[in-house]
Formats: sequence, structure tokens, C-alpha cells
Amino acid sequence: MTDIIRIARQFIEAIPHARALGMAFESLGDGKAVISMPYDPRFVGDPATGVIHGGAVSALMDTASGAAVMCHPTGPTSTATLDLRIDYFRAATPGQAITARAECYHVTRSVAFVRVTATDEDAARPVAAATGAFTLDRPRKETA
Amino acid sequence: MNPSRPEPVQVVKHRRDAALRGLLSGVPYIAYLGIQFDRRGDELTAILPFDEKLIGNPALPALHGGVTAAFLEVAAIIELAWGSMWDEMEAGRVDPVADMGKVRLPKTIDFTVDYLRSGLPRDAYARARINRSGRRYASVHVEAWQDNRSRLFAQGTGHFLMPPALGASGE
Repeated sequence: MTDIIRIARQFIEAIPHARALGMAFESLGDGKAVISMPYDPRFVGDPATGVIHGGAVSALMDTASGAAVMCHPTGPTSTATLDLRIDYFRAATPGQAITARAECYHVTRSVAFVRVTATDEDAARPVAAATGAFTLDRPRKETA
Repeated sequence: MNPSRPEPVQVVKHRRDAALRGLLSGVPYIAYLGIQFDRRGDELTAILPFDEKLIGNPALPALHGGVTAAFLEVAAIIELAWGSMWDEMEAGRVDPVADMGKVRLPKTIDFTVDYLRSGLPRDAYARARINRSGRRYASVHVEAWQDNRSRLFAQGTGHFLMPPALGASGE
């Protein structure tokens, strides 16, 4: 189990775009991942209000979803997004970090179904949510 | 408004390019990703020049799925904003420099991305098509490709909340 978490953590930390957006792990394991992204003026989508662009929130939710797949107990070796549907509920409050909580709620042999929610400091009112389907590469069976 | 004498081409190009620049320059995230727009008349093509920081899978390597989603969403939003200001701009009712600060961009309600193949470590292009644009809501489809226009690497559909029209006075 700890090995799976270590692999998933390495997987995410090796992603240049996740690093570029300043993403950091809050927790990880058992097909669930929590990743946060600090507020950064470079990621603003509406300069009049200072609100973060939806695209940056999408990138955060996509990363959290991929991480949730990678730490699923079946121990996938890699994953890629097949589709992602994002619903935007409200503007994230400027100056606040955004946190994405992703959960693999079903996996088949080759596909993982994930849902993810993004919140700012007001965790009771989500900023956005998404559901996605991800490819799942299983480790090759060891021959005994 | 005298149609008998067409405007000099430089004047037309200057006005349209200035308006497009004004639309883009206000958005830090567009600059951060390095997205540019190529304009041919009213047709826009979004361009995402490759950069190391856009990588999501270093083993392949491939573009980050979130980058692809953001690229498509930006292409859709700019197409909508551009399309909705075009008539006002061409009629001279909107100043492509002075009025650009007042432009409010459409807000994304939802956006769905289909990842058709992995994004290669090279430039990507996208074109958006407005399928329906009402006073309050709009539906847009976006296609993105790299080497071959007919081999899409991603497509997306989104719904957007439209801001009040630029010319609309207080409505």
C-alpha cells in the first residue's frame, strides 16, 4: 500500500505542469487524492475581479483525478484522461488556495471512473466539480 | 456610414487586430499558457506553442490533460467574445482601444473535453464553432489538432453565460 502511494506521489511530482501551477499533495491513498493549488496572479482569468481562470481549476481537478487513479488499490502503472466534464458553480474567491478532492468511484479492468470537487476556503460551497473517465494500465501479472 | 467608399485595408486590419489584442491582453492566464490567436477576417485559430511546463506525462511525453482543457476553453471563450463584439466593432460603435477595458468575457457554465489521442510535445491549434448564441446562453464546440487538421487530438463542448452586449446601455 505504501508502495502504491510512493509511486503515485512520484508520478505527480514528475509532472511539469503540476509543478508549474504549484500543486501540492494534502493526502493520497485508496483511490482518493486531495491536491491544493495556491492563489497566483499569473493564473487569473478575469483581471477586473482577480478570479482564477477556470482552465487552471480544470488542470488541478484533472491532476487530482489522475492521482486518485494512480493510488487505487489495483496498482495501475499509468493513466490518461479519456473525458472530463467540468461544471463551474461560482467564481473562486481571489487570494484563496483551491483544493481538489478526487475519488475513483468505480474501476473496471481498463477504465477508472472518477469524480472530483474543487473548493476554496469556504469548503461548504464548491467552486467546481467534474466527472471523468480515465484509462487504466494494470501491472503485468508476475509469472510464478 | 457611406458604403460607396470602402475603408482602406490598413484601417480595417488595425481596428480588428487592436480589438483582438485588447481582448487577450487583459487575461493573465492566457499569457501564462502562451496562447496566441491567428486572425483571418473574422476567423480565429488559437495556437498553443509547445513549452516544457505544459507536459503532463513526462514518460511519453504528452501534454497535460488540464492544459488541453484550458486551451479549448480559452479558444471557446475568445471566439464567443470576438463573435459578439464583431458587429459593434465593424459598425464603429465600439472603439477597439478605448472600450476594451469594458469588455466582460463569457462565463463557463460547463465544459466537456474528449481526449482523442495524447497531445504530442509540439504546437497545438484549435478552432471554435458557435452552435448557438442567445442573449444569455451560448453553446460552443471546439476542435484541437497538431500536425494534421483532420486528426483531432481533443474536442470539447461547453455552455457559457453571456455578459450584457457592449452596445447595450444598462439593459
